Amino acid sequence: MNKKFLGISVAALAMAVSVGSAVARDQIRIVGSSTVYPFTTAVAEQLGKAGGIKTPVVESTGTGGGMKMFCEGVGENFPDATNASRRMKIGEFEGCQKNGVKDIIELMVGYDGLTLALSKKAQPLKLTRAQVFLALAKQVPGPDGKLIANPYKTWNQVDAALPNRPIEVLGPPPTSGTRDSLHELIMEPGAEQIPAMKALKAADRKAFDAAWKSIREDGPYVEAGENDNVIVQKLETNQNAIGVFGYSFLEENVAKIQGASIDGVMPDMDTIASLKYSPSRELFIYIKKAHISVVPGLDKFAAEYVSDKAAAEGGYLEKKGLVPVPKAKLATSKANIAAQKVMTGEGLSK
Amino acid sequence: MTDAVLTFAQTGPRKVDFFSEEAMARVQKRYRAEARFKAYGLGAVVLAGIFVVILLADIVSKGLPAFFEHRIALTVTLDAAKIDPEGKRDIEVLRAADYQRLIYDGLREEFPGVSDRRDRRKLEGLVSTGSGNDLRTLVLRNPSIIGQKTTLPVLLSDDADLYLKGIGTRVERAVGKGTLDIKQQGKTVELVGSAGAFAAPLADVKARLKRLASATEFELQGLSAAQATANAALEARREDLTARVKDFRQRSGDPASAETLDPATMPSELVEIAGGLVRLTEIAPGRAAGVVLLPLAADATRSDSWHRTTYTTPESNRRITDIEIAWLESLRGRKLTEKGFAWRFFTNGDSREPELAGIRGALIGSALTLAVTLLFCLPIGVGAAVYLEEFAPKNRLTDILEVNINNLAAVPSIVFGLLGLAMFLNFFGLPRSAPLVGGLVLALLVLPTIIIASRAALKAVPPSIKEAALGVGASHQQAIFHHVLPLAMPGIMTGTIIGMAHALGETAPLLMIGMVAFIVDIPQAISDPATVLPVQIYLWSDLPEVAFQAKTAAAIMVLLAFLFVMNGAAILLRRRFEQRW
Repeated sequence: MNKKFLGISVAALAMAVSVGSAVARDQIRIVGSSTVYPFTTAVAEQLGKAGGIKTPVVESTGTGGGMKMFCEGVGENFPDATNASRRMKIGEFEGCQKNGVKDIIELMVGYDGLTLALSKKAQPLKLTRAQVFLALAKQVPGPDGKLIANPYKTWNQVDAALPNRPIEVLGPPPTSGTRDSLHELIMEPGAEQIPAMKALKAADRKAFDAAWKSIREDGPYVEAGENDNVIVQKLETNQNAIGVFGYSFLEENVAKIQGASIDGVMPDMDTIASLKYSPSRELFIYIKKAHISVVPGLDKFAAEYVSDKAAAEGGYLEKKGLVPVPKAKLATSKANIAAQKVMTGEGLSK
Repeated sequence: MTDAVLTFAQTGPRKVDFFSEEAMARVQKRYRAEARFKAYGLGAVVLAGIFVVILLADIVSKGLPAFFEHRIALTVTLDAAKIDPEGKRDIEVLRAADYQRLIYDGLREEFPGVSDRRDRRKLEGLVSTGSGNDLRTLVLRNPSIIGQKTTLPVLLSDDADLYLKGIGTRVERAVGKGTLDIKQQGKTVELVGSAGAFAAPLADVKARLKRLASATEFELQGLSAAQATANAALEARREDLTARVKDFRQRSGDPASAETLDPATMPSELVEIAGGLVRLTEIAPGRAAGVVLLPLAADATRSDSWHRTTYTTPESNRRITDIEIAWLESLRGRKLTEKGFAWRFFTNGDSREPELAGIRGALIGSALTLAVTLLFCLPIGVGAAVYLEEFAPKNRLTDILEVNINNLAAVPSIVFGLLGLAMFLNFFGLPRSAPLVGGLVLALLVLPTIIIASRAALKAVPPSIKEAALGVGASHQQAIFHHVLPLAMPGIMTGTIIGMAHALGETAPLLMIGMVAFIVDIPQAISDPATVLPVQIYLWSDLPEVAFQAKTAAAIMVLLAFLFVMNGAAILLRRRFEQRW
């Protein structure tokens, strides 16, 4: 009995291996940012419903992880596209080139605003990015301008105009793309607004970068995990707490939470699309040109993503919380995909 | 016994007074200790029970609504010119037609007054974007209905569905007193009645203002207490708050003054009159002005039958707007809405639309994955257990092996995922996200559990049985396969099922091999991309739409049911076949 079982299972494994590697991939595979995931899945589903091709498979791996997999090579074992909640970095672009992923098509698909939100029952909050930096950084400039461990425990210690409430910020962990945005959209520009930090930047660039890249670990900043719904629940029960997340969550949960104004601007669709609301960012999807002729439907997928019914104002992605791209910019994206224009690596940041 | 007698004889009878006060006290102390221990035990069980009950009650109360869905009975004109302009009834042409548009057209016929583009989009937003697919299926199954009118149940979108399930806002309705004069002017309406016609809504508004005043005052007090230094920004805020408190107090103090309604802080006040619905923007004791949500009879100038309606949650605090509620209530009033069991939860794959998302893809994915796991780990696990228990020589090597099997059972599951990524995906080149790879990884994960359980079951078979078999001339292998193994099978099965239940609940190792993904198509084979139940729960819990929270809880219920069935089977097998010696 045992031998028979063993025989069957060995045969099954052999069969499965041959099936697995013999069949060419006929389904689009996408990896990348958890911020872009809800939008890409919506596009994938629309494409699947329209018929003709299989619904693309979308994995949520985070922007950095997605880039790594994307740049590993060309071929059916590697993803066809990756979502990114920031632009590709020069290092990643070079890594791609080295691994033979030469021709990459870049599409800007929309915006996401990073919002600080608090319970609807709490009193509204007006912050500046500098204040948020002072409240959250591990080290802040002391009275003599030298960096000291962050002494602030309440908001009014940061700035007397702010309420006397303990600093309690629920935010993303370091693995999250949202955390990258917190650093890049709020902490760095916030630090630059403080004279002592500006002086430090001129004197010691490394120390300055270290200052805005490190978030305090002594309690006021709580890493709340990638699940933003949990943050919303915590905000509801704790009126002192402030949550950090993407604008789509604020929009979906307007019944429970309100946004805090940053640098005098409240987050909404308009202020984010015009980039007036300072902590807003662009969302991208990167596609391998070499896969377009091989994987069926990849060109259709790209075209669907930037089509008017998806990405434009009033499109279904707006209903999902994406802040749509202005018409002119969307037209550029459409032209890029129609002409299959590839990236040159110019203008990418480090 | 003899010892005791001996000692007794040597030392002479020792006087023990069992009824002395100290002895009684010691007995009492022992009884109390035992009673305390019992109480602790009972307390622990009760506490655990309470947590389980709370957890289950929470999941069931959250998840139950997801098993039901709301539909509206909509009459749709299946215009032949729109579906099949050439009239050839070609299946490809029929499939490609825009059925969603037909449903939207049918919906607009229900509310002919809606002409504004924005309102139209809101109206179309009431029905699910998947409803066109239902109509397509209907037409493809029976093309002869093209050109006719048909009434079909149309699935509502998640927000509309949530409202009809009572999540969103409460609606209060009261009969209005007196006669109202209606002055229509385009989209706005003025309603004039006797002096006290709008006294009730106005009083409610004033009461709300009063509450706002005390809330603002509370905020102001906190501000004054906190403020130590004179600061310009703080001062400005203080002045602003003081002015607001004064304003609220003054307005709420005067019962006769007219009020405007602020949708951000005030519940929506509406008046049903002359077959239409008006949202009030201004209220005075004897008159009110408002915007038309549902059109009134065009010639209506006076009516003595009207209702006051209140949507208690302010409009800016909910996902569904006043006009959408008005449409839904109008449909409900016409008995066009129906609530039914959401079969599609069990027949659909994943979707980004909460009302369309189903568990079937994950269920089949779980079943395929577990099948692969069982196929691999049962023969290998039982074979290893039999060898180690019955045939292997007892030496240092087998000791090390045994320790390592026990260690392996305690290795964090994510490590198996990394192993799977390195071995099955990168080395063997198996497909990503496939139940085949997931099953293999989980097989590695539960293998130690099964080996340990199987060895325990084999050990529990009395040696006399093996010895009897050997005694009548059976070989060692025959004795084991013919006699020991069948008797150990119930124990092995129990261990295997518990191991499988463990595998069913795993997500971490699947993360590494790409099974945490958005997959719409139902997997057909073990090499198709698939997710499993716990991964589906994880993915849904992370989505922003409120309706997905109910789906998450419902998926947990399905997973729990699956687990109960498996554990129930384990208990049943044990009861039926277990032998006692």
